[in-house]
Amino acid sequence: MSADSRPAIVAAGVRKAFDDTTVLDGVDLSVAKGSIFALLGPNGAGKTTMIRILSTLISPDAGQVWVAGHDVVREPDEVRGAIGVTGQFSALDDLCTGLENMRLMADLNHLGRSAARSRVSELLDRFGLADVARKPVTTYSGGMRRRLDLAMTLVGDPRVIFLDEPTTGLDPGSRRMMWGSIRGLVAGGVTILLTTQYLDEADELADQIVVLDRGRVVAEGTADELKRRVPGGHVRLQMPTARSVHVAVDLLDGASYDEKKLEIQVPTDGTVAALRHLLSVLDEADIEVGQLSIHTPDLDDVFFAVTGHPTEEALALS
Amino acid sequence: MTTIAYTLSDSATMTRRNVRRLLRYPSMTLLLVGLPIVFLVLFVYVFGGQLSHGLGSTLAGHHVGRAGYLNYVVPGVLLLTVAAAVQGTAIVVAMDMTGGVIDRFRTMAIARSSVLTGHVLAAVIQTMAGLAIVIGFAVALGFRATAGAASWLAAIGMLALFSFALVWLATALGLAAKSVETASNTPMFLTLLVFLGSGFVPVSTMPAGLQQFARYQPFTPVTETLRGLLTGTTIGSNAVAAVAWSAGIAFVSYLWAMHLYRNRHAS
Repeated sequence: MSADSRPAIVAAGVRKAFDDTTVLDGVDLSVAKGSIFALLGPNGAGKTTMIRILSTLISPDAGQVWVAGHDVVREPDEVRGAIGVTGQFSALDDLCTGLENMRLMADLNHLGRSAARSRVSELLDRFGLADVARKPVTTYSGGMRRRLDLAMTLVGDPRVIFLDEPTTGLDPGSRRMMWGSIRGLVAGGVTILLTTQYLDEADELADQIVVLDRGRVVAEGTADELKRRVPGGHVRLQMPTARSVHVAVDLLDGASYDEKKLEIQVPTDGTVAALRHLLSVLDEADIEVGQLSIHTPDLDDVFFAVTGHPTEEALALS
Repeated sequence: MTTIAYTLSDSATMTRRNVRRLLRYPSMTLLLVGLPIVFLVLFVYVFGGQLSHGLGSTLAGHHVGRAGYLNYVVPGVLLLTVAAAVQGTAIVVAMDMTGGVIDRFRTMAIARSSVLTGHVLAAVIQTMAGLAIVIGFAVALGFRATAGAASWLAAIGMLALFSFALVWLATALGLAAKSVETASNTPMFLTLLVFLGSGFVPVSTMPAGLQQFARYQPFTPVTETLRGLLTGTTIGSNAVAAVAWSAGIAFVSYLWAMHLYRNRHAS
């Protein structure tokens, strides 16, 4: 394997307990360079502990972890030189202005005077903070604080970035903005590992998702792969007439329909063969179909299917 | 840059950060300087007339009454200033450790010691500024040192060294505290030690048991060294004891603080 194709993050058999409580119970991860990886799980699943281990804040009780090619326990300084961390709780100096916070990061990254100035002003511009840079951060909104936090993380030009619940507590607009910023980073070749309890966030951003529950990996894959693992996917057919609805429903196994919307739902396992079969049945009967869409279950369904219990989010809704 | 250059640069950056934070929050420094000033006024104008009778001519710097006691008590008030200031240090350190920004520093490739060094150097600067204010106030009340430039420099050096030691101790106490409230209480015994030494009255006027303690606890030789440098009383072996105590407290506190900092959250 060439050095370049090595994963940016590898964790093998990571265990961590606080007192008698096991928080991580043998977690394995592998994150490809230049990708976005999501650790998905409810509160208390062990996501933050995993980030703290990966970012050298705490050591694992057992297992091995490499970040950017370095062992986090034996070579923490090399790891620190390659990473940027934006924690769940804002890491800003509240008594200072946004600009002072950014300059502090530039100084600690040993950027020269002119490099520091251009890097800081470029980042303040990019995150829409140039206008408020000279105001104390106590006057910032939640979204502005998160953006400054991320901008501070980027001053050192990290190759691997950890984001612990980057959008928790943000309004939908700020959330979208944050998602845009995160996508922009990966375009520059950076690897991102983020944690989230928002299933739509993982779906939206991540190339690869690991579902963590009570310190164990209970599922992994792309958002689509995960969705396919759960029963309940279906094909939705939009029919031109009420007559065609009835004819089609008679031909298709397990189909249900909505006469008013002229819609038919057919359960499917999501494979191409099943879809081809469905289409050929309709074709042979000479039934015209308006539109066809395939609906995979959302990640709430996935979480329930892989853990056997719903997320708190889903519980709150029910 | 070499490792040493990075360490120096990071420590300087952290010192600037902490000085700026102290300047943004001046009410705390003023409050800490206010305490010794109140004690100075209280002891000189309320108790001074009476207390001056027991001093004798040498300790009173050949002044009489309140002026004599003012002459005697200034070194004690200066150490009270140091003790009060480092109480602030413990609070500032504890507050900083509970904030998210410290985790950011710990995930950056910066000199590990620089976070604490920055706090310590900024706190020493703050303490020295506080001492300058208190000395100015004492001079305004009529304090006249017999010290020449060399003795003043030595006195400032002694204050800086002892402040450095107590600031490291306060930093360790701030790190050891589970909460900011605890951090604001644990260094209070330092204030008490100023009184349980030769800061406000001569040790010889105390009862036997207390006298033993007062004579051998670190504040007394530091007080006596300052008194000697500023007002010309006998220093004797106090200077060596004062420097040794300061170096010892600084060294042990430094090790303790670094140990606490490294192991924080690491369990």
